[in-house]
Amino acid sequence: MVIGAILKRKLALLGLIVIAIFAAAAILAPWLAPYDPTVSPGDFAAPPSAQFWFGTDLLGRDFLSRLIYGARATLIIGILANGIAVLIGTVIGVTAGYLRGWVGSALMRFTDLMMAFPALLLAILLAAIFDPSLWIVVLVIAMVSWVQIARVVYAETISLAEREYVVAVRSVGASSARIILRHILPHLVPTLIVWGTLGIATTSLFEATLSFLGIGVQPPTPSWGNMVNENQTYFEAAPWLVFIPGIAIGLLALSFNLIGDALRDILDPTLRGRH
Amino acid sequence: MALQKPIGDILLDVRNLSVEFASPQGAVRVIDKLSFDLRAGETLCIAGESGSGKSVTALSLMGLLPKPGGRVAEGSAQFLGRDLLKLDEAAMSRLRGNEISMIFQEPMTSLNPVLSIGTQLTEGLVRHLGLSQADARARALQALDAVRMSEPQRRLKQYPHELSGGMRQRVMIAMAMAARPKILIADEPTTALDVTIQAQILELMATLQRETGTAIIMITHDMGVVAEIADRVVVMRKGEAVERGTTAEIFTHQQHPYTRALLAAVPTFSQGAAAPTAPDLTATAPLITVKDLIVRFDIKGGLLQRVQQRVHAVEKVSFELMPGETLALVGESGCGKSTTGKALMHLVPSIGDIRIEGEAALGQSWGRKSGAELKAIRRRVQMIFQDPLASLDPRMSVGDLVIEPLIIHNIGTPQQRREQAAELFRRVGLTPDQLARFPHEFSGGQRQRICIARALALGPKAIVADECVSALDVSIQAQILELMQELQDELGISYLFISHDMAVVERISHRVAVMSMGQIVETGPTRAVLGNPQHPYTRKLLAAVPIPDPARRHADDWQRNRQRIEGEVPSPFQSVDFTPTYVTYRDLGGGHLVAA
Repeated sequence: MVIGAILKRKLALLGLIVIAIFAAAAILAPWLAPYDPTVSPGDFAAPPSAQFWFGTDLLGRDFLSRLIYGARATLIIGILANGIAVLIGTVIGVTAGYLRGWVGSALMRFTDLMMAFPALLLAILLAAIFDPSLWIVVLVIAMVSWVQIARVVYAETISLAEREYVVAVRSVGASSARIILRHILPHLVPTLIVWGTLGIATTSLFEATLSFLGIGVQPPTPSWGNMVNENQTYFEAAPWLVFIPGIAIGLLALSFNLIGDALRDILDPTLRGRH
Repeated sequence: MALQKPIGDILLDVRNLSVEFASPQGAVRVIDKLSFDLRAGETLCIAGESGSGKSVTALSLMGLLPKPGGRVAEGSAQFLGRDLLKLDEAAMSRLRGNEISMIFQEPMTSLNPVLSIGTQLTEGLVRHLGLSQADARARALQALDAVRMSEPQRRLKQYPHELSGGMRQRVMIAMAMAARPKILIADEPTTALDVTIQAQILELMATLQRETGTAIIMITHDMGVVAEIADRVVVMRKGEAVERGTTAEIFTHQQHPYTRALLAAVPTFSQGAAAPTAPDLTATAPLITVKDLIVRFDIKGGLLQRVQQRVHAVEKVSFELMPGETLALVGESGCGKSTTGKALMHLVPSIGDIRIEGEAALGQSWGRKSGAELKAIRRRVQMIFQDPLASLDPRMSVGDLVIEPLIIHNIGTPQQRREQAAELFRRVGLTPDQLARFPHEFSGGQRQRICIARALALGPKAIVADECVSALDVSIQAQILELMQELQDELGISYLFISHDMAVVERISHRVAVMSMGQIVETGPTRAVLGNPQHPYTRKLLAAVPIPDPARRHADDWQRNRQRIEGEVPSPFQSVDFTPTYVTYRDLGGGHLVAA
């Protein structure tokens, strides 16, 4: 039913198609990519041509192939890191906002502490403890980005818990778990969708920063974030090297946003029947 | 008889006003060819139920229709040689607040909470009349004085949250009147206020009109208010004027059946004579016994979260609710009547002794009950709330909402639950095929029926009804009250009926308890308490009830300085070291007790 409703909305369908293409590229990379993304078959920073559609990068590697392989790291980090961040942020935000009292205070002060702690320092610390890998990057990004979500969810939960229908189900005898799962969480969906999809773009760029520091995706493995990062010094000479992966990140974020917006409307019964 | 007011020439002439709103199905006409005129110095009431288009009329005259979406389709509104409907935004904004002012229903949300009263009052004066700050301040003081605010100097420095609802509405009126407008449009200005405050505000508006000659367009759903203040009336229904005439004509020789139905639905207050007979208190054991119930809330503040103030919401309230009877808790906002109901439902922590069918539901401790114990209580006592839309989760179908109590209490199989929901829906006058719909698809009255169905799901012995008909139109109100009485006759349910509306209380309740400052000041059979009120507070409350009969205006009484209603609703906020003094009761016989 939800899929059917998405297919009916043109913009959401567009988003779905873009994400399907990116996902297909990530999965089928070995068959789709014309060249090995880690070897240099051509000139340095060659402009787009019939042989190299998107040109070559500073080390002469085929940029299209790197873009296709880069979808893997970017999608995994974008979806997984954001998913974990939304999960942690929601659990902590809802718990603190519903229970209030000293439990709520303790959780929120912990959140403030994490917010005040420099994200890069935390990343370096974690990377020093564990060996750098894609999963560490996911973990680091999730650890850093759940705080904002927890803050927003906390504020929203406080107002939701005061609503009269929550009092009404409490008076019927509903347990806290039931109230949270059935009567508070569904109302948080719009907020979570906005934060979750906004996070995709910032996550990709944060991953690039981590790569730059040697903590993120290790060269020569490509990701869209580190492709923007490693080529930006040559922006004037070869602008496409920054633009192409930049546009890819933008498209990814936009597509998730379009789907998210559609989902928010579809899941809200008060908007049903309106487009 | 009303004192003669000087009525002047036609000030505003509205002809064939039609307003359309955009919708997915195309333009919907919400006002269709409405015509009326307004004379200088008179009060014209536009009366009608929700959805009649009365508020939209006001907004279109002020050029405040929601954009995009609303537009004036045709018509004219001649005001001093100009057509209000054709003025551009710049010209309109020079008129608004200057020659035509408006006051709204909710005085809290219509004032800016971060600006002082003085700033908000002088803002318009500086802008419209080009006064200097000092002159504007002087004028603002005059305006506050005119609306009979105590200590106007100090009020200028105060912020909206420091004032009570009635005082805020006075500030709104002062703001609207400060520029001495020719027309004042008041959109349900007293609906959110207590009856005693409503009476004050209506009196104030009538007095101001006499002093300034401002023409008033009063928009209201309350025929009691119409009777109290209107010179002429336009009755609206579904965007059309169905009847117009002088107030006396409308109340005595209505022509249109809708007007007749509207007036017939208004619960008339007859000093207790129409109340159902109270049951014999000694005949059966009480269903619920409440003894010395106390609810206090600490207001914490400052750096260390110390208790700074305490709200004494309920102070040693005791009452009994008999099987099959309706006990009304009445009083003004802040008197503790809703909190008493919530304490009974264990929605707020309380001390005292609450027994349901003789079993202790609450010991002499802060009500820490286990989940299972609480559930057992809630099976027997259920609650319905004032705003049915707010008390239904908008993301769940109404079927799921009605079934939910059964799921929580683990009653029946999914199939049985669905059948019971269908049965409940039939019982409250809805059809089972509506179960799959969502709350927003129903009207206000239907939503309250859904809430009643949900409350009935567990087969409770008693229902706490907290202002459950206050938000409904009078005709719907009557239907819901009827349903509640039917259910009582059939199922023997007891109601704790919390309300501020004396006419409704008289109609439905066997016994009444009048609350003030967290304590019951008078209680007894409805006939005795409303017919022979003994406590001064009960008398004050009853004197303020608007009577839907223009021949018996309070304002005329006030003119002769009788029963003048003054003062504020007392505040339950107290300093930390406050110790309440408890009332003692005098027995007048027949269960009629009054605080000595």
